[in-house]
Amino acid sequence: MYLIEETKQLADRVFQIWIRAPHVARHAKAGQFLMIRVAETGERIPLTISAVDGDSVRVIFMAIGKTTTWLSRLATGDTVLDVAGPLGRPSEIKPYGTCAVIGGGVGIASIPIIAAAAKRAGNYVIGIIGARNSALLILEEELAGTCDELHVATDDGSGGTHGFVSDVLKTALQKQKIDCAWVVGPAMMMKVTSMVTKPFGVKTFVSLNPIMVDGTGMCGSCRVLVGGTTRFACVDGPEFDAHQVDFDLLIQRQRSYLNEEKSAIEEYLVHTCQCSGGSPHA
Amino acid sequence: MLERPPRERIHDFEEVDPGLSQEEAVAEAMRCLQCKKPSCVAGCPVSVAIPSFVSAVASWDFAGAAAIIKEENMLPAICGRVCPQESQCEGACILGVKDLPVKVGALERFVADWERAQGFVPPARSQSTGCRVAVVGSGPAGLCGAAELARRGHTVILYESLHAPGGVLLYGIPSFRLPKDIVQAEVAQIEALGVEIRTNHLVGRSVTLEDLFAFDAVLLATGAGLPYFIGIPGEQLAGVYSANEFLTRVNLMRADRFPAYDTPIRRGSRVVVAGGGNVAMDAARVAVRLGASVTLVYRRNEEDLPARRAEVVRAKEEGVNFEFCAAPVRILGESEVTGVTCVRMVVCAQDGNMRPVPSPVEGSSFTLDADLFIGAIGQGPNPLLIREIPGIARGEVGNVEVDPDGRTSVSRLFAAGDVATGAATVILAMGGAKKAALAIDQMLIRSGSV
Repeated sequence: MYLIEETKQLADRVFQIWIRAPHVARHAKAGQFLMIRVAETGERIPLTISAVDGDSVRVIFMAIGKTTTWLSRLATGDTVLDVAGPLGRPSEIKPYGTCAVIGGGVGIASIPIIAAAAKRAGNYVIGIIGARNSALLILEEELAGTCDELHVATDDGSGGTHGFVSDVLKTALQKQKIDCAWVVGPAMMMKVTSMVTKPFGVKTFVSLNPIMVDGTGMCGSCRVLVGGTTRFACVDGPEFDAHQVDFDLLIQRQRSYLNEEKSAIEEYLVHTCQCSGGSPHA
Repeated sequence: MLERPPRERIHDFEEVDPGLSQEEAVAEAMRCLQCKKPSCVAGCPVSVAIPSFVSAVASWDFAGAAAIIKEENMLPAICGRVCPQESQCEGACILGVKDLPVKVGALERFVADWERAQGFVPPARSQSTGCRVAVVGSGPAGLCGAAELARRGHTVILYESLHAPGGVLLYGIPSFRLPKDIVQAEVAQIEALGVEIRTNHLVGRSVTLEDLFAFDAVLLATGAGLPYFIGIPGEQLAGVYSANEFLTRVNLMRADRFPAYDTPIRRGSRVVVAGGGNVAMDAARVAVRLGASVTLVYRRNEEDLPARRAEVVRAKEEGVNFEFCAAPVRILGESEVTGVTCVRMVVCAQDGNMRPVPSPVEGSSFTLDADLFIGAIGQGPNPLLIREIPGIARGEVGNVEVDPDGRTSVSRLFAAGDVATGAATVILAMGGAKKAALAIDQMLIRSGSV
């Protein structure tokens, strides 16, 4: 059992929780993730480690499916049954020179820990974050403190630059030399943004988020094509060379259980709508 | 000991074989000739005193029989079910020459089930030695090694990366062959010996190598959990599973009970399974239970199937179609599987292991309609931890090289089970772990740590 030490809603349907998990927190590095299982009947889902403080880790997620909705309804003092990690290879943090760390939507969650590590390694760090609208933007203040400069974009212009993070990045690339970039967000956003860095020859990492089961290299559910080779995102990644990734295949495989995911969340909402918003298992 | 009829059992995940009654067990035990030089014991990888325990059963002393078995084997309810007895103890039984061998496996299972129903007697344990041993992986090798070390008085921490201990016993073997409450009960006995199990701990990640080597000795028992893919077009389609994934979703995550359990699975209506080992049989029979019509494609002949004969027979009884001398070459579909193209294979010369080498027949391709494809062509040692240990010698299949006592090339590091041998059986893993545990014990005594 792992204690939920703090919960907070950051934006519409976006939540952060701090979980006490010393075995994860003490060894977690930028770019790694954990697997969480809420209760005995629960699914194992991967969540990126967004920050670490002592023996606790922070994860941020959007309540979309059953597990994330369930997680979003947990309160401080509740527990989750299982937390395994840290999993995956850490980000390749080096003194590159100037690094851009780019987050889209809930993918912004992955950015602070990478930005902080890149900064510690002596890089000049440019943060670029974006969301559909300003109400969905998260971690702006925190990242403003970590990054040397922070740019914000919203699709509807309600905050920062009107447009996509890829547009902001392109403008930045035309003005200055960027040596390395991390792009984390929805698969389509990662695909489009990586296409922007490619002509500039910028070494670019993306953090892939395929469906996982064990998260330790045992099942192959998370297989992705990188440079034409099958790789397991859980153990060979989750970060890969953006310019080698087959994003269309990633998107296709992410949709493998759409029907099941839809029926699971519908059933969950029906079964929990009458109670006080707590977990059906509480 | 009548097996449940196929028509009944394909609708659930309950055991196929209900086991012996007391009367049946005693009658079976009385058939044993009590050989002076028992070849059955020599055939047992963990050297259970088979004639002694069988004799105890024959005289209705089931508690005595349990104590005798557990001297050598702490997982008898598991081994009684999943050991390939036909090629071990029962294969060596002298009665088998003219008649049926003594059903040693069924007797072992009977004794273990009887003891579990009565309530276990906590096993004896030596005085604490003060030595600390880490065991990595809680599958058959890890559990067996941990038990042997704990019995000898060492403090044992057993690390497991998944959320529950058991390894392949839990995620791999379906409950109709090995019910999960039996795994839990035998694991609980090992915990009763003082073994501390830390789940959700991936060694190399949650536990650093430095932490690991701070122990007096380490037993690596990480198994062979890395699934191989065939490498044919279409393997990235939705509806293509490794047998590991398919079985893990059902056995460990209970996807068969979705949506009561949250992990989903594609059930398929027409499933093609590629492979011929026990894992392929398990995947095929799970797919049957999820309601599919299943075809198993194997590239050699029926007599070459590496799976246990009894499981092949059961798979056939349950309606699995077999296509022998055929191999998949392409999985068809736009984004989801719609079919599998195979070619006929001709089996000719023998390879280094004296197994026939299949080669494709030109122009022989045919297509099976399918909405699910499960590859069960084998698995190798998970390289995750191994590749991070400096100086560790590795073998051909990515396994860790060991001497006959399980010593690796790294000081104080031992390895046993599939990580050392490549994919093999539960009992061979246990046999290797037992040897390694004894060698660790000897090393600790000799070094004066004890």
